[in-house]
Amino acid sequence: MTNAQTTDSDRFSLSMRLFHWGMAALVLSMLAAGLLMVTSLQPWQLTLLNIHKACGVIAILLVTARLINRLRHKLPALPKELSAWQKTVAKVSHWLLYILMFAMPVSGYLMQYFAARPIDIIGIFRLPAALQVNIQYYSLFRELHAVLAISLITLIALHAGAALHHHFIRKDTVLKSML
Amino acid sequence: MKTLYLALLFTPALCLSAGKPAQVTAQQFVNLQQGDAVFPGFRRAHAKGICISGEFHSNGQLAGYSKASLFNEGVTPFIGRLSIAGNNPTAPDLKSPVRSMALSFAISHTEQWRLAMNTPPVMAVADPHTFYQQIQAVQAGPAAIQQFLSEHPEASEFRAWAAQYQATGSFAAETYHSINAFYLVNSNGEQQAVRWAMQPTVAVPASALDGNDALQTEIASRIAGAPVVFNWVFTLAEPADDEDNPTKAWPENRRQVTAGQLILTGTTAQLEGDCHAINFDPLVLPSGIAATRDPILRARSAAYVESYRRRAKEQLDGALEGSNND
Ligand code: HEM
Repeated sequence: MTNAQTTDSDRFSLSMRLFHWGMAALVLSMLAAGLLMVTSLQPWQLTLLNIHKACGVIAILLVTARLINRLRHKLPALPKELSAWQKTVAKVSHWLLYILMFAMPVSGYLMQYFAARPIDIIGIFRLPAALQVNIQYYSLFRELHAVLAISLITLIALHAGAALHHHFIRKDTVLKSML
Repeated sequence: MKTLYLALLFTPALCLSAGKPAQVTAQQFVNLQQGDAVFPGFRRAHAKGICISGEFHSNGQLAGYSKASLFNEGVTPFIGRLSIAGNNPTAPDLKSPVRSMALSFAISHTEQWRLAMNTPPVMAVADPHTFYQQIQAVQAGPAAIQQFLSEHPEASEFRAWAAQYQATGSFAAETYHSINAFYLVNSNGEQQAVRWAMQPTVAVPASALDGNDALQTEIASRIAGAPVVFNWVFTLAEPADDEDNPTKAWPENRRQVTAGQLILTGTTAQLEGDCHAINFDPLVLPSGIAATRDPILRARSAAYVESYRRRAKEQLDGALEGSNND
């Protein structure tokens, strides 16, 4: 391999790398759990559902901390070889990922809120819900949660594909900067 | 560091391997329940019903067993629904073999309790996949259901109940059972497995009834005349009893505690009432009540929410279309 070498200035900071991979694990687990629990009639469905909701709360806290952390750090520059439109696509896709990481837990919470289902966080505390059901708002956020999940899966696939393309085809430092 | 990143990426696989492959999915189950004729906006099961409202008057007897606030001595209002089993919201009331009561206690913004109860005290089968086959047999006709029951010895208690059960002439005169067991949890964290029943305080013979909406008309005029009362009776399991098997009743001599009285004071047609929008998922529980591992109980959440999602979307689509026509 003749991949370009990385120096410290073209790598993401340690905190950003930890956020990136930690949240990658969390988000992929949440997507897998979500797809599984809406179809399963197995006895562990309820347990998985409760973990999914608790992790949703963790996810919104983590993505908030991650965004603050990102705004405080200098990012490594994208490779100079990239054209202006490619750079724009890269940046827009990253901001879309952030928007979806916020929108997933928020839509999930709102659908439970309007179904008047308080969320129990592993027996420690409960997130409030409406006293009275609003079935149309429930439906709106339920369907939104699903559409956003499909968008997130698509975007993650493109994101990972692009990272591998940089590494193996263009042989630049983009993937390495996150390792 | 790279191994750590890689290891993190495999955590979703842990979720996927957490259980055996599903035999019947929630979608398949609800497809079977709804059958070929879909009634948009209505429940896929227990589609025909009437909204009720009233109060639970707790006598405080159960407060030592559960920290749920509605068991403290006092009054908690509820919204509920009396229904018959089946997918058709216009079916004749008297044709259905099962009658039901569902309740929703909106205790606070953080505490909600939903209950859905039926007339039989036990299930014929012990898991959702066999229940699916039972419904297939019911849909196929009397011969198929006889065949099914003879192949399922666990259905014996259900059959014995069905053989002696006589439908009454009123929703007010039926006994409604939790069927599945739950745990009461008190403030010391102690658990007690229980089942419960809403026991009627009136006897109404079946003979006087007639008409497609016989039960709904009867209960509406009865409650308009005077409140209808049920005793909420809990049966407490002993260690020898299996709380995870809904086909077996516990012995007759188990301790029973009457937690108070359920007082029904109002009825509303379901399309005008608040109950139509509620998902009476029996796993919406307040602190102080917890689910057992009963496979039937555990399957209910996913199936109820699949039915709920479908009918909610149909209602949303309907409302959006309605506003476009304005
Ligand atoms: C695996 C077992 C079961 C499945 C899959 C199942 C499925 C369903 C579904 C899909 C609904 C419609 C939910 C909605 O759209 O709101 C429903 C309603 C209902 N079920 Fe079940 N059920 C099961 C067991 C039971 C048992 C054991 C009982 C009684 C103890 C019961 C009592 C009821 C009642 C009363 C309703 C109507 C609630 C209402 O008025 O909204 N079900 N069921």
